[in-house]
Amino acid sequence: MVRLKLTLKTCVLLTGLVFLLVLPLIASALEEQFYIGMFSRILIYALAAVSLDLILGYGGMVSFGHAAFFGTGAYVVGILAFHGVENSALLHWPLTLLGTENVLLSWPVAVLVSAVLAAVIGAISLRTSGVYFIMITLAFAQMMYFFFISLEKYGGDDGLSLLQRNSVGGIDLGDDTNFYYLCLALLIGFLFLCHRLVNSRFGMVIQGCKENERRMGALGFPTYRYKLLCFVIAGAGAGLSGALMANLAEFVSPSLMHWRISGEILVMVILGGMGTLFGPVFGAAGLLLLEEFLSIYTEHWMLFLGPAMILVVLFARRGLYGSFVEKREKNG
Amino acid sequence: MAEPLLKARGLSKAYGALRATDELSLDVSHDEIHAVIGPNGAGKTTAVGQLSGELESDAGTIYFAGQDITGLAMYKRAHLGLARSYQITSVFLQFTTEDNVAIAIQAHDGHSFRFWRAARTDPKLRGPAREILEQVGLADRADVPAANLSHGEQRQLELAMALATRPSLLLLDEPTAGMGQEDSSHMVNFLRNLKGQVAILLVEHDMDAVFALADRITVLVYGKAIATGTPERIRSDPAVRQAYLGEGD
Repeated sequence: MVRLKLTLKTCVLLTGLVFLLVLPLIASALEEQFYIGMFSRILIYALAAVSLDLILGYGGMVSFGHAAFFGTGAYVVGILAFHGVENSALLHWPLTLLGTENVLLSWPVAVLVSAVLAAVIGAISLRTSGVYFIMITLAFAQMMYFFFISLEKYGGDDGLSLLQRNSVGGIDLGDDTNFYYLCLALLIGFLFLCHRLVNSRFGMVIQGCKENERRMGALGFPTYRYKLLCFVIAGAGAGLSGALMANLAEFVSPSLMHWRISGEILVMVILGGMGTLFGPVFGAAGLLLLEEFLSIYTEHWMLFLGPAMILVVLFARRGLYGSFVEKREKNG
Repeated sequence: MAEPLLKARGLSKAYGALRATDELSLDVSHDEIHAVIGPNGAGKTTAVGQLSGELESDAGTIYFAGQDITGLAMYKRAHLGLARSYQITSVFLQFTTEDNVAIAIQAHDGHSFRFWRAARTDPKLRGPAREILEQVGLADRADVPAANLSHGEQRQLELAMALATRPSLLLLDEPTAGMGQEDSSHMVNFLRNLKGQVAILLVEHDMDAVFALADRITVLVYGKAIATGTPERIRSDPAVRQAYLGEGD
């Protein structure tokens, strides 16, 4: 049986959940369908931010290259769809690979490819720490960015348009509301997964590494392996959000892996609250809504974001959600 | 005489021109408390780092329980039964006291690639953690974040974590560092009670503690062991008196 204590935290989370559940109805009633797309985008970025928080907030690994996995997930979906439509082979040797527009195939492949990329990047980057880790992850992400710019076959700089959203048996993802609910379900699923993860033995090791990796080694933990796996899980999560992003925009381009995106995901995590489960969701919503509404008035909306970030970092170090809602979080 | 538990031969470590340890040889027998003393900068902490595997040695060999562990990673040494504590308290401040001990137990309860079950309600970790907290006298502080413990309590926790790994050899780097008189004698009593259960290599500044506990003492000066012997012999060794004890007392 689930017992809910009526704390500020449960109130805020329940309100948030109810709001997200009824949002498409409100948007339809107001005849402002565009909100559904906007909030789909928020949910997708929230998923990426939650995955970054696993390594940043819980593991203490400040990755400045998370967009590499986000963009890779998007490109996998884009490229598979491209070949699916053309009915051409993606790969002839050693085995013939055909494209596909089926969700049940292309999204898992996107997650898998992102995870493998994270394993390669992580295996090298995690040999360093501190500022060097930040720089090396940034460098890898920029390498990916320029790699996709150079891929003329898939549009290079101009990117690649999808003819339509991926399809899955019975559900029309071309419908914005359906797609929105799918994003919401995946985000909630991922949050639940992370909740189990950070409270498990594995999660304890990751959090221990954040605070004192040397001590973890002295206690007998081979810390590198645990951190690497955490990095891979985070990369896989970002890959999934990238796959969703490609479908939302029906377009992929190298700009998805630009360091600006890495920075934005970082800001979302910090704004919402590092090391909290739900903080990054609020951070993603906060940042994207701020961007949306401030840019109505001025194109220099970043001018307002800067001071907001400074205030958060100075006075609410655990982020908006972490500081005000979940004051002493222990259990995620 | 039986083979010692820990046998270090010719350990050296240089930082540039500074020889932190210089051809250091040292034994710790089963069930023995072996103290290492020496003036500041004598290389005591460096030696502990080399023995625990945190620092790579430039030269020398280390045998532990008959096995050559010279090139072995720190975490593997921990699994062979080598545990250390730190001079500068390094407990996990954001974890509770019990979490700290539980994670030490977890380190020796198989791999931690376990992703689903909550670790904080796992009786396999929590039960033994409670026992060890009882043993060191921190049971009533179990749910307090380690950051809120007093300095003395953090030192106790530091030791509790080392003990939780069920080691056969404890490397203790100044367990009484920064403690007041009362806490300090509490710690000495506690270590005395451990005698016979686990071998201890004790690095310590507090001479009262050293002479109260040690079966053997090694005196380190500029990275070299200038004397090894029983407390009585060390007390009367002229070279030691000149190099070290004479200055302090």
